[in-house]
Amino acid sequence: MSNIAKAFDHGKAFIPFITCGDPSLEITEQLVLAMAESGADLIELGIPFSDPTAEGPVIQAASQRALAGGVTTDKIFEMVRRLRQKTNIPMVFMTYANVVFSYGADQFLGTASRLGIDGIILPDLPYEEKEEFDPICKKYNMDLISLIAPTSHERITNIARDANGFVYCVSSLGVTGVRSEITTDIGAMVQLVKKAKNIPTAIGFGISTPEQAKKMAQFADGVIVGSAIVKLCEQYKENCIEPVSSYVKSMKRAIS
Amino acid sequence: MSKGRFGIHGGQYMPETLMNAVIELEEAYEHYKNDPEFNQELTELLNEYANRPSRLYFAKHMTEDLGGAKIYLKREDLNHTGAHKINNVLGQVLLAKKMGKTRVIAETGAGQHGVATATAAALMGMECEVYMGKEDTIRQALNVYRMRLLGAKVHAVTTGTATLKDAVSEAMREWTNRIDDTHYVLGSVMGPHPFPTIVRDFQAVISKEIKAQCLEKEGRLPDAVLACVGGGSNAIGAFYHFIDNPEVQLIGCEAAGRGINTAETAATIATGKLGIFHGMKSYFCQDKYGQIAPVYSISAGLDYPGIGPEHAYLHDIGRAQYVAITDDEAVEAFEYLSRIEGIIPAIESAHAVAHAMKLAPTMKKDQIIVINISGRGDKDCAAIARYRGEDIHE
Repeated sequence: MSNIAKAFDHGKAFIPFITCGDPSLEITEQLVLAMAESGADLIELGIPFSDPTAEGPVIQAASQRALAGGVTTDKIFEMVRRLRQKTNIPMVFMTYANVVFSYGADQFLGTASRLGIDGIILPDLPYEEKEEFDPICKKYNMDLISLIAPTSHERITNIARDANGFVYCVSSLGVTGVRSEITTDIGAMVQLVKKAKNIPTAIGFGISTPEQAKKMAQFADGVIVGSAIVKLCEQYKENCIEPVSSYVKSMKRAIS
Repeated sequence: MSKGRFGIHGGQYMPETLMNAVIELEEAYEHYKNDPEFNQELTELLNEYANRPSRLYFAKHMTEDLGGAKIYLKREDLNHTGAHKINNVLGQVLLAKKMGKTRVIAETGAGQHGVATATAAALMGMECEVYMGKEDTIRQALNVYRMRLLGAKVHAVTTGTATLKDAVSEAMREWTNRIDDTHYVLGSVMGPHPFPTIVRDFQAVISKEIKAQCLEKEGRLPDAVLACVGGGSNAIGAFYHFIDNPEVQLIGCEAAGRGINTAETAATIATGKLGIFHGMKSYFCQDKYGQIAPVYSISAGLDYPGIGPEHAYLHDIGRAQYVAITDDEAVEAFEYLSRIEGIIPAIESAHAVAHAMKLAPTMKKDQIIVINISGRGDKDCAAIARYRGEDIHE
């Protein structure tokens, strides 16, 4: 069983996202360990990109802060190396195609895999462009996570059939960020995925409250939360470990 | 390999949310580009509304002064709204209307594309919102007013460097919010397929006319065609029908800003490397970790860290040549053309004029250079005056 599959092996999975280096890589490292202890099943580590076109204002600002603080891909690799000596929690990178491409896709994915990263999410790499990185991911046993959106319709079958790890179901139109209401028929999206392939699904974009998480968890195998956590990091800075931990606990409890 | 490739460049590196939108656009374009009724409507708009064909003007004084090749100016500055941008916009807004869209959004740098989009939206009864870097709304305040006058809503983008690249990012984000009724009128030969092809086809009217006009006036093709390049829409428009005439030199003039050896430059071919950004694979100014560089040029329209994929390909195969022109050179050319021919070019187009000033004296008197004057320079007067130390504000 792959490490990512294990994340979906004990009830509904709670998947937090944090931006590496916001407020610092030391805090990011502590956050990962604290979230793992608080019930997170899989952690998305965001490698900041200068121009994140799929992100809303909260994660855009976090990326800017992290880059201004001097975070680089190599420094994030070093942090992952330290983390892997302390935790087995499944971890995936979330970043943009150019971060991987410019590093040299083979070198990036090979290094990430050796350090113990289990998969990668690239929101600007649709099904049509998978070939850019998918063969290299396969070579290094990394799952290239596929996304489906409310606009995907008939595309879902093909995307799901070729998906690995889990399928990231984008809950709403627009970019990442907290929403008061999610109106998409997510149940129908997930059904199309399951019809095409027996693979875990996780819903992300817009989820912030335990009530929303509980509702979304009825439809899928996991719930992804980014902006709400990144907001806590922004608000509490180096003191964010405690509030993020209790938030993760409350979210995991809500979906259990 | 995916669709929309120019050699290794191009492609569709877009969020999944937008994939059906770009596929729908491609299908609509493939249908309408061969539809006689659509083409007739577009031609009528270009001729009757936008004032095409634009003139190919013999710049007698400049030719005599430089003492080399004969210089012709392709007067895209005389189009309605004052730049080549209207060619693409009339095509795209008409296409959007046929697709049943009721709202258009656009990014803009210098404001010319925003003004053109607001104009076409007013003409065709569409709602219009334009995203413009905060920095550029200050540099080009008059164009912001023009857009509002035309009924468009202008959003000042404050993220990143608050210039053209951030305006593109923000327009893309807005498109993922509202797709059903909205078409994104991309202003250059960039972004995901099918935009680089659609925009090129709508701008190719420029080289089609140059070819016919040059044959009529000179009985032969020009030796060199020069155009400024940011994303590259006026340049690809001026080059396209000459690509298969290898005897015609194609020269794109990038913005070197304060120089290609400084960090304050926007010269992508000179200083960039291969990357993936804004939906396409092409050359981009970036650091070693792939973070997009905060580029700089005096010209808001060339202040972009990338270049359209077809230009990247023409560079790779050596069919077109790309040179870098500094702020200083462009400003001198801006003043030179104003004085010598009574034509004030856009500061963007002045980059091409600047290269012609270097190139023409090295060529023979029976050779021909065509410079694409992509826009007029009224919008730049206050900024250039300030560059020269005069305290003028709009």
